[in-house]
Amino acid sequence: MSKRVVVAMSGGVDSSVAAALLKQRGYDVIGMMMRLWAEPSANGPAHNRCCTPGQMADARRIANMLDIPFYVLDTRDVFRRQIVDFFVEGHRRGVTPNPCLECNRHIRFDWLQGHALALDADFLATGHHARIRRGQDGSYQLLRAVDLPKDQSYVLSVLGQKQLAHALFPIGDYRKSDVRELAREFGLPTAAKQDSQDLCFLGDGDYRRFLRDHAPELASSGPILRRDGMQLGEHSGLANYTIGQRRGLGINSSVPMYVVDKQARDNALIVAEREGQGTLKLRAERFNWVAGNPPDVEFAAAVSVRYGAKPQPATFTPIGRSEVGVAFDQPQIGVAPGQAAVVYADETCLGGGVICSTE
Amino acid sequence: MRGDSRRKVYLDHSASTPVDERVLDAMMPWFTQDFGNASSLHGPGRKAEQAIEDARETVARILNCQPREIVFNGGGTEGDNHAIRGAAWHMRHAGHGAHLVSSPVEHNAVGETLLQLSGVQGFTHSLASVDRYGRCTPDDFVAACRPDTVLASLMLANNEVGSLQPVTKLARLARERGILFHTDAVQAAGQLPLDVAALGVDLLSISAHKFYGPKGVGALYLRSEIPLESSQTGGNHEGGRRAGTHNTPLIVGLARALEIAEQEREENVAHFRRMRDLLVDEVLLRVPSAELSGHPVERLPGHASFVLDGMDSATLLMHLDVNGVAASGGSACKTGNPEPSAVLLAMGYSVRQASGGLRLTVGRSTSEDDIDYAVNVLAHSVEKLRRLVVAT
Repeated sequence: MSKRVVVAMSGGVDSSVAAALLKQRGYDVIGMMMRLWAEPSANGPAHNRCCTPGQMADARRIANMLDIPFYVLDTRDVFRRQIVDFFVEGHRRGVTPNPCLECNRHIRFDWLQGHALALDADFLATGHHARIRRGQDGSYQLLRAVDLPKDQSYVLSVLGQKQLAHALFPIGDYRKSDVRELAREFGLPTAAKQDSQDLCFLGDGDYRRFLRDHAPELASSGPILRRDGMQLGEHSGLANYTIGQRRGLGINSSVPMYVVDKQARDNALIVAEREGQGTLKLRAERFNWVAGNPPDVEFAAAVSVRYGAKPQPATFTPIGRSEVGVAFDQPQIGVAPGQAAVVYADETCLGGGVICSTE
Repeated sequence: MRGDSRRKVYLDHSASTPVDERVLDAMMPWFTQDFGNASSLHGPGRKAEQAIEDARETVARILNCQPREIVFNGGGTEGDNHAIRGAAWHMRHAGHGAHLVSSPVEHNAVGETLLQLSGVQGFTHSLASVDRYGRCTPDDFVAACRPDTVLASLMLANNEVGSLQPVTKLARLARERGILFHTDAVQAAGQLPLDVAALGVDLLSISAHKFYGPKGVGALYLRSEIPLESSQTGGNHEGGRRAGTHNTPLIVGLARALEIAEQEREENVAHFRRMRDLLVDEVLLRVPSAELSGHPVERLPGHASFVLDGMDSATLLMHLDVNGVAASGGSACKTGNPEPSAVLLAMGYSVRQASGGLRLTVGRSTSEDDIDYAVNVLAHSVEKLRRLVVAT
């Protein structure tokens, strides 16, 4: 009997080609889409950007073309609890959370993979640009995509052996241009969705407005302080600022000042000049080691601190099972607590954790 | 266990049935050979007209009414719309009032029509309460009626839970009060007698694809004294009650399907009952926490429905489908935003229970092996879902 695989379909070209490749390789393929929570809107039902009626229709059409069953699962409650609440809570604590990582951790590779396995599937496949390799010792490794600029291993750094043993990323072996070519060969629509930095659950793409609505206390004004405690002005609510922001601070300063920290406890926005703003060290918690166990000695590796950021050389020091220290060779800018620090050895993603402090 | 992926068991006959080969044979000539427009003056037109009038006589004979009291249309939803809208308009125009009575377990074709009439067209309506089985007692019905009530619409048999309404009693109570009575008999056709005189109803709608006829065609019984407005404006077809060129093959198909269903009803019903009872027994025996929904006895012979506490209907249906078993839930939903079944809620089930409805409906070809396979898959799926899907 052929292996069964559930493909998370979005209606886009990557997951469609993933499904087509698996079908061609003889898998028993089932298409699924998650109906995610979206902010209620005044005019009609809410639609998350990941599963609009149009995308749902596209995915259903593609599944029919591939002659595979297709189902939409109601994921609204669990998404709301695990992702949206997490996002708001992070901002309450003054960090810049990355919901996409959490979505992979809790939604795709827990909730959806659980559903796939319950359906007697052997694998959950997605259209992510990343690769999985089986090591000689039988362990699973997470590798960067062949098409490096499209690599999505950063948001998959939350996966461990248990998840990877039942995961497939068929697109990771191809360049994006090859994926489009394959789509043409399979006779699938090749229209690419516009890549968007917006969070999928926002009604209007304005996360500051979302935070003001869902965590009104983040809209209360407070001091803008220099590291030395000198007050330079007043901010309009921490939700309205991002780490690294320079414009729109409304402060009098002869040199450009950047947002470097948000201190939720004192409702203070911390700014600094470019010099001295770079981050040389960070600590990351809730660290996930893809291989399962942390290395016991410090080692040189490359660390990415934002989705799409090139990994930078650093020395890596494990501190217990789930915390690490990172010392960069060169100061890094725009390192925000709440984002992930993801560590690479060449093309292998070793794991990642949530940045909890920087210096 | 992984189900045999080639094995297919269809247990959704309340959703639709295949077209009987004999019905298809009767329809075929009217597509290509005898394609004339029944409204045309010429020979091919007259031939089509005759086929349609023959079909009307057949349907009238089975419904025990006059041929002119039958209006062919596009299916159950159209019949319900036409009956309710037309009768409501007529009664209000005649100065009898503008209050309508129905139940909370009706099909959307009825429920949404009432909402529109009440929302923008100046009518009001009341929903009679139903019991644990979805049945409306004569007392509940009378309690919902008012002096200005002009029309009542209560289904003969419920699509979701299979329960039969005591339509004969309710229709008599309505008539005593000068209230027109419509019944949606879409689910009942082919399984129950449709004698409109015995039922005492004024309007009754059926749809061919529920009794092994084609989709897209239905019939509305309309007692001759009731002058209904045309369901849509246009030509003078169907005695001015349904404009639009007659669909000869579909109308012929409906009549032939109803004829066969009536001729073979006794043996079909005996078979449905045997399969359904086996199914219910096996499910209750082998699926923990499954509870029969709807009336245990006063229900459609081919209809089994359950509430599975804690199960999500759509997820369960997906598991059944992946293993080749076609079933349906409380609320058909393909877009991942299921609402708990309004019918089950009206019957007094909790939101949690009303989210776990399952309907299995047998047909002429259903075998004991089918039942056995389907119950195996169901038991396995429920067990898996309870165990493996993370309880988030």
